[in-house]
Amino acid sequence: MTTHTQTAQNKPPGSVTGGEGLLTGPVRTVLAAVLLVLLLAAPFALYPVFLMKVLCFALFACAFNLLIGFVGLLSFGHAAFFGGAAYISAHTVKVWGVTPEIGILLGTAFAAALGMVFGLLAIRRQGIYFAMITLALAQMIFFLALQMPFTGGEDGIQAVPRGRLFGVIDLTSPLAMYYTVLAIAVLGFLIIWRTVHSPFGQVLKAIRENEPRAISLGYRTEQYKLAAFVMSAALAGLAGATKAIVFQLATLTDVSWQMSGEVVLMTLLGGMGTLFGPVVGAALVVTLQNYLAATNLPVTVVIGAIFVVCVLVFRRGIVGELTRILKGSRG
Amino acid sequence: MAGDAILETNGLTKEFRGFVAVRNVDLRVERGTIHALIGPNGAGKTTVFNLLTKFLQPTSGRILYNGQDITRIKPADVARLGIVRSFQISAVFPHLTVLENVRVALQRPLGNSFHFWESESRLNRLNGRAEELLEDVGLSGYAGHLAVELPYGRKRALEIATTLALDPDMMLLDEPMAGMGHEDIGRIAELIRRVAAKRTILMVEHNLSVVADLSDRITVLARGEILAEGSYAEVSRDARVMEAYMGTGHA
Repeated sequence: MTTHTQTAQNKPPGSVTGGEGLLTGPVRTVLAAVLLVLLLAAPFALYPVFLMKVLCFALFACAFNLLIGFVGLLSFGHAAFFGGAAYISAHTVKVWGVTPEIGILLGTAFAAALGMVFGLLAIRRQGIYFAMITLALAQMIFFLALQMPFTGGEDGIQAVPRGRLFGVIDLTSPLAMYYTVLAIAVLGFLIIWRTVHSPFGQVLKAIRENEPRAISLGYRTEQYKLAAFVMSAALAGLAGATKAIVFQLATLTDVSWQMSGEVVLMTLLGGMGTLFGPVVGAALVVTLQNYLAATNLPVTVVIGAIFVVCVLVFRRGIVGELTRILKGSRG
Repeated sequence: MAGDAILETNGLTKEFRGFVAVRNVDLRVERGTIHALIGPNGAGKTTVFNLLTKFLQPTSGRILYNGQDITRIKPADVARLGIVRSFQISAVFPHLTVLENVRVALQRPLGNSFHFWESESRLNRLNGRAEELLEDVGLSGYAGHLAVELPYGRKRALEIATTLALDPDMMLLDEPMAGMGHEDIGRIAELIRRVAAKRTILMVEHNLSVVADLSDRITVLARGEILAEGSYAEVSRDARVMEAYMGTGHA
């Protein structure tokens, strides 16, 4: 850890460019490389299905964070995109017999289209009203998932075949499945990273910081917010669709409001508005759920308690606080 | 040459659930002038500003900019036509750097504001112009600071630099001196005078010495209506204006 602190200290004060100014240049590259090697080696040390779950939720949380952390919009209906895409990919793979990558793409496209509809209806509203409209719309999707014939009601869609990626690679092999999921998650993360650090991302941050001012500079902010919303929905869908292939399952849990809440929790725990925060938050929550499930402890109570502590002690989330401490030590 | 109005309103009225905040305002701002809008608290000055920039939709009346009817257009499009406003509470992007604040304004005409696949380093070509603008308002040493770290007067200067980045024909300044210390007032007043050389400025301001000093023409609002209009010398002698400010007829 001392190396980052050192680099941060040596930086000239003028070079801070908001948000992620902490890890720059070579340090960031080295760190990213180390992380990638760890992720590539991980399935040899840990249970691959668990890792894939972490990756899917990490992508989901990152997609959600794109909206709350970089545009300042709190959606409470992201389960609709995650779960909706899961149903579509599960159905297309199982019933239509498409290859998994096509199923995932169809699920993602569905989530994007749904995001467009939600966005058009909700984007003019601010704060709690925006959250409530997204929640209401997501509940409608939940209801549809419960009632429509193809979704299997309470049972969901089960026994979805993993199939062969591009018709070639057999995904029933845990390693092949893991590397596929890893590739998808890294791709999604790179898209988000690029978006945040793009001309578009600059405008999004300006809107987050002061929307009336952005309007008075001539930005039609609703269009930017809508674009970000669709993007976030699509990436949440990508995560959900992938999850459906991994677990061979799409159920009501994926579209329930608790799922929307869980992604808020992951993002806040990890640190909203930081790029890595949601990844850390997702890993933490999934790990706790997995390991606590084997004990007698009530999972929700423990996670709830952690959340309360987090809000009281480190409001910026784990990564947010670490960033602040490292920045502070620069003096 | 009294004919050249850049901004004009006819019968501008705004009602909030039966309360008439602005009534029948016929305002005429001439090109190249500094025009001040003054009046006691609650006179409707900020409402007029919000109407002119379309942050509020008027209940009735028309707004003409360069002879074009802009009554029904959206606030972002008002800005695109060349009318840029400031806000009462200094409007900066707090957690962007000072340089980025100005660059966001410069960025829009590039047409890459939806490009999420490009690196933000594409925007670096704007840095030179942004630094010039910062230097103009006396902020050259602050480019890398977060806007939130600036003292209040400097935030105001940053806001003006950001506005100037759009090179607007008309600037609407909502209480540019609000909450400022003495030396900041002098500096900002000088800045306003300087940028007004090529532009039209409409400002709401409580500081009457600033108004007297800067304005070519003054409109006095009271209870949502125009009470008087003219030069500072004219309106300051007006008995109705004195009454509105002092609250009695004996002032």
